[in-house]
Amino acid sequence: MTVVVRTVARVLFPVALVFGGYVIMHGHLTPGGGFQGGAVAASALAMVLVAFGAGRLKDKKGLLSALESLGGTAFVVLGFLGLGLTYFANVLAGSYGLFGRPVPYGPNPGDLNTAGTLPLMNWAVGFKVLAGLGAAVLLFALFGGEDDR
Amino acid sequence: MSRWVALAAFLLVAGFLLFGAVALRPFGDPPRTEMDQYFNRYSQPEVAANNAVTAIVFDYRGYDTLGEATVLFTAVTGVALILRRLRA
Repeated sequence: MTVVVRTVARVLFPVALVFGGYVIMHGHLTPGGGFQGGAVAASALAMVLVAFGAGRLKDKKGLLSALESLGGTAFVVLGFLGLGLTYFANVLAGSYGLFGRPVPYGPNPGDLNTAGTLPLMNWAVGFKVLAGLGAAVLLFALFGGEDDR
Repeated sequence: MSRWVALAAFLLVAGFLLFGAVALRPFGDPPRTEMDQYFNRYSQPEVAANNAVTAIVFDYRGYDTLGEATVLFTAVTGVALILRRLRA
């Protein structure tokens, strides 16, 4: 791609990644969550692929695969945390531990340190979606050839 | 033999679908809102999450999210399988 596209991609890549992380991190407070934030972050990878060509990310396939496995495993393990009650029971909510602060009923300003296992699951699913969509787009780009026109 | 098994399976599935179609609530019935009211009322005290959608997706219906993650994994696996380099 042209210099303009490359420069804009270079500027917007960290911004898109940070915004994806923000959407994931605030998933239990504001609209959005793991899936949406992961998709936003994966769009940053897609932008790099379009601007710089598939050769730029060719050696990142192992990293993406590891991230996807890590996210999926973390999600299932977090589900097993609540096995004392049921699978996916939220044992951390309201426990005053990690993410354990209670929330009053009604409108409130919001607190990051709430919602129990939900933020952790958001991060797991976010990494899984980021790695999954990124790997799919990267495979498509690699299949089309590695020239970076 | 296999023809009779297929016929039995067809009748079973058709019966299920017909039962579902007959058991539908009639048009114009007021919507049932018990579950919506429950989520609105208890997602904050129970799950301690301000975002009720996330509370439903990751807590009340965690299995559904597990299935979605499996769908994504299957999609990526299919892409990797179809678009792999054939070494001949």
